[in-house]
Amino acid sequence: MDVVNQLQRQFIDYSASLHREGFLDDQFTQLQKLQDDNSPDFVVEVASLFFEDCEKLINNMARALEQQQGVDFKQVDASVHQLKGSSSSIGAMRVKDVCIAFRSFCEAQNREGCLRCLQQVTHEYSLLKNKLQTLFRLQQQILAAGGSIPVVE
Amino acid sequence: MLYRIMDGDYRGSCGGCSEDMTVEFGYEPHVLAVDDNLIDRTLVEKLLKNSSCKVTTAENGLRALEFLGLGSDERNSLEGTVSKVNLVITDYCMPGMTGYELLKKIKESSVLKEVPVVIMSSENIPTRINQCLEEGAQMFMLKPLKQSDVRQLKRHLMKYRS
Repeated sequence: MDVVNQLQRQFIDYSASLHREGFLDDQFTQLQKLQDDNSPDFVVEVASLFFEDCEKLINNMARALEQQQGVDFKQVDASVHQLKGSSSSIGAMRVKDVCIAFRSFCEAQNREGCLRCLQQVTHEYSLLKNKLQTLFRLQQQILAAGGSIPVVE
Repeated sequence: MLYRIMDGDYRGSCGGCSEDMTVEFGYEPHVLAVDDNLIDRTLVEKLLKNSSCKVTTAENGLRALEFLGLGSDERNSLEGTVSKVNLVITDYCMPGMTGYELLKKIKESSVLKEVPVVIMSSENIPTRINQCLEEGAQMFMLKPLKQSDVRQLKRHLMKYRS
């Protein structure tokens, strides 16, 4: 039981730090509350969908911004809008916040600003991906040791 | 016209009604959820299933209309039939056909016009909200949705059932 307690403590602390540092907001907690016996892997599944979606959208944005003969800012904005929506729905607060700034640059048709945001969003996405993978690994370890995942409010 | 704008911080109290939509409706309501964003579609599906709804999802307005039997080649085939769904919940911003345009098409149909339509959006734009409500949307909901929003939706629908 001591191992389980230790792991649970680690999970709680790590989860709290992710919220404190703004990686996750309350919407992520909402997702965790939706997980039940019918869908025990709901959060991991949605996170995977999100990461796939992120990669696709980031690639779209990069391609659109690379166009030498004139950037289609509407196209870039469409992708940023999607990413803003997804990140908001999953609780990926830092990614969402970059998207908000990104949209302003799209509207202003500012290529430099957009490129900076693209860099930032790529950075935030990969940070979040690593952190969530760590969180999910902790969850797995708790379950493997016979414990249950603490509910973090 | 009475309406409620829901923001993410809304926390209504239930006042004694059950959490389970099955009890209120007497059966599992069949909801058609329309959203071009895969993550949002997944989330709304889960939220509705957690409230004992049968859920069909569609990724755009055209697919939604096809499912409802209002596809372009099926225009006359709906005469005398009953709606497959008890509720349509749709995102506003979708490429091709917006949620507003989908709402209009549903309200123009003699068979489907009584089906409540709820519009979701990540943006709180009063003119957009009014436009949808005036066109007959039952409710307008702000994304991202939470379980409490779906509970609130259920209570609202119950209040206005005949």
